[in-house]
Amino acid sequence: MADLSKKDALVQYAAQIGDNGLIIGHRMSEWCFRAPTIEMEMALMNSALDLIGQARELYSYAATAQGEGKTEDDFAYLRDEQDFRNALLTEVPNGDWGDTIVRLFLMSVYNKLFFSALADSKDAELAAIGAKSLKEVTYHLRFSSEWMIRLGDGTSESHNRVQKSVDNLWVYTGELFTMTDAENLLLKDGISVDVAALKADWNQNIAQVFEQATLTVPADGWAQLGGKADGVHTEHFGYIIADMQYMQRRYPGCEW
Amino acid sequence: MYGDTSIQKPIEIAEPTSEEQARLEVIFQQKIDDNIKIEPQEWMPDAYRKTLVRQMSQHAHSEVIGMQPEGNWITRAPSLRRKVILLAKIQDEGGHGLYIYSSAETLGTSRAEMIEQLQTGKAKYSSIFNYPALSWADMGTIGWLVDGAAITNQVALSRCSYGPYSRAMIRICKEESFHQRQGYELLLTLSRGSDEQKELLQESVNRFWWPSLMMFGPNDSDSPHSAQSMKWKIKRKSNDQLRQEFVDATVPQADFLGITLPDPDLKWNEESGHYDYGEIDWEEFGNVIHGNGPCNKQRIANHIKAHEDGAWVREAAAAYAEKQQNKQVA
Repeated sequence: MADLSKKDALVQYAAQIGDNGLIIGHRMSEWCFRAPTIEMEMALMNSALDLIGQARELYSYAATAQGEGKTEDDFAYLRDEQDFRNALLTEVPNGDWGDTIVRLFLMSVYNKLFFSALADSKDAELAAIGAKSLKEVTYHLRFSSEWMIRLGDGTSESHNRVQKSVDNLWVYTGELFTMTDAENLLLKDGISVDVAALKADWNQNIAQVFEQATLTVPADGWAQLGGKADGVHTEHFGYIIADMQYMQRRYPGCEW
Repeated sequence: MYGDTSIQKPIEIAEPTSEEQARLEVIFQQKIDDNIKIEPQEWMPDAYRKTLVRQMSQHAHSEVIGMQPEGNWITRAPSLRRKVILLAKIQDEGGHGLYIYSSAETLGTSRAEMIEQLQTGKAKYSSIFNYPALSWADMGTIGWLVDGAAITNQVALSRCSYGPYSRAMIRICKEESFHQRQGYELLLTLSRGSDEQKELLQESVNRFWWPSLMMFGPNDSDSPHSAQSMKWKIKRKSNDQLRQEFVDATVPQADFLGITLPDPDLKWNEESGHYDYGEIDWEEFGNVIHGNGPCNKQRIANHIKAHEDGAWVREAAAAYAEKQQNKQVA
């Protein structure tokens, strides 16, 4: 930590928030032509557009802060797996509609709290990105909350399926509230968000929707960490990168 | 996106069964001749209604099935800018599908019925989508040629006699025109790139040129039931007219890209003021329509799988809505 300069911390921080958007956006874009209705498909694609759009802004800002002449695409396409610092929750496979909704919901509750706080960052650019993203993730939260309630309080099959999705994904939620070295350093200047402090509100917001959805909130137990702090991902992640970076790796240095 | 409508058996036109019906038909045709739009609540001949439902549902299905070849490249788009453009484009197409399904529902056929007809093979979709999207360049070629052919069709359809369809077309044409420009711009970038990028471009156009021409349907001489559609102003220009318009507009664009269109007979005809082009492989066209294209089975299997995988979700949504309704009543 002693080695980390404020500039490097800012680059890491912006890129890490961007990674969350890009990777969950990538997963949601995989729903193209696979959703239960066209309306649902369009809602997911629209959310994917928002999230990938957030990643673009954050990567561009990271590139500017870095000052090495890189672009948003260098961050998305020319980094290796371990350079990505997204939370593991964003990268696990889509599973069925229930798994996808639960992931989006858990993440959107977090994103709403996170971007609300980021909108107050002392860094004007991050504050602006936070304010803009907040509008988008507020919609994602509304959409996914409605589906949590429909599935939880729908049929017994949907209730059981979505409860199982919750139970399976819960292990990845703890990571969202861990602080990296970069976050700790930037927090002193009021630039980063104290995500550890978001946990209580997150729990409360989750509990409210779960109550309406007649779902049980799992007990906090083991939290699977790795992506955010160390770039140690799930086995699934390499395939995302292989897909995403295929063109840039196969045809290096081209304009597209 | 959209394709031909002239590939299925003609709908039988019944003789009027009473004087009253004959009178209504005269009034109906008069409206059409006077360019007055037909609206959902108005009287219309059964065959007009059936023809429209068939054409509109085929159009909506084409939009939806057309999401598959493009969806194949979202995760592999080579830049973030291209990725979001592609996502937005595919999202537009889903929107077009919804819009046209809704317009078709004004004629009394539900979306569920139309989807069932698609999945059982009773309803068709544009055969162009039975060709695979194999390279990134295809994302540009589909925009340029496939959407380009679609626009040629749809500009004509925006003057169609049925009000809801005509209005849907006006709106859709605006978005399609953006799609075509982004496709062309994608190809232009390839044409100014490396040798490998230029090869991607040429190879893609080689595959899509002829299927794009087939999108306009059989030659006029082999499209006998088009005449009734023209009389009803469901169709405003003949297949061959539209195809010629498309060729004339596209050849100079191909020249600007520095590519060769794969037709040795393609040349400017001073006398006619149009481009002459070679004979279309109608055997291939027939094969693809009858289920033997490279992707027919895959496209429908994907649609069915998404539909079946989503059954429990739709059931849950319906069950929840019913519970809410019961609560309100109680």
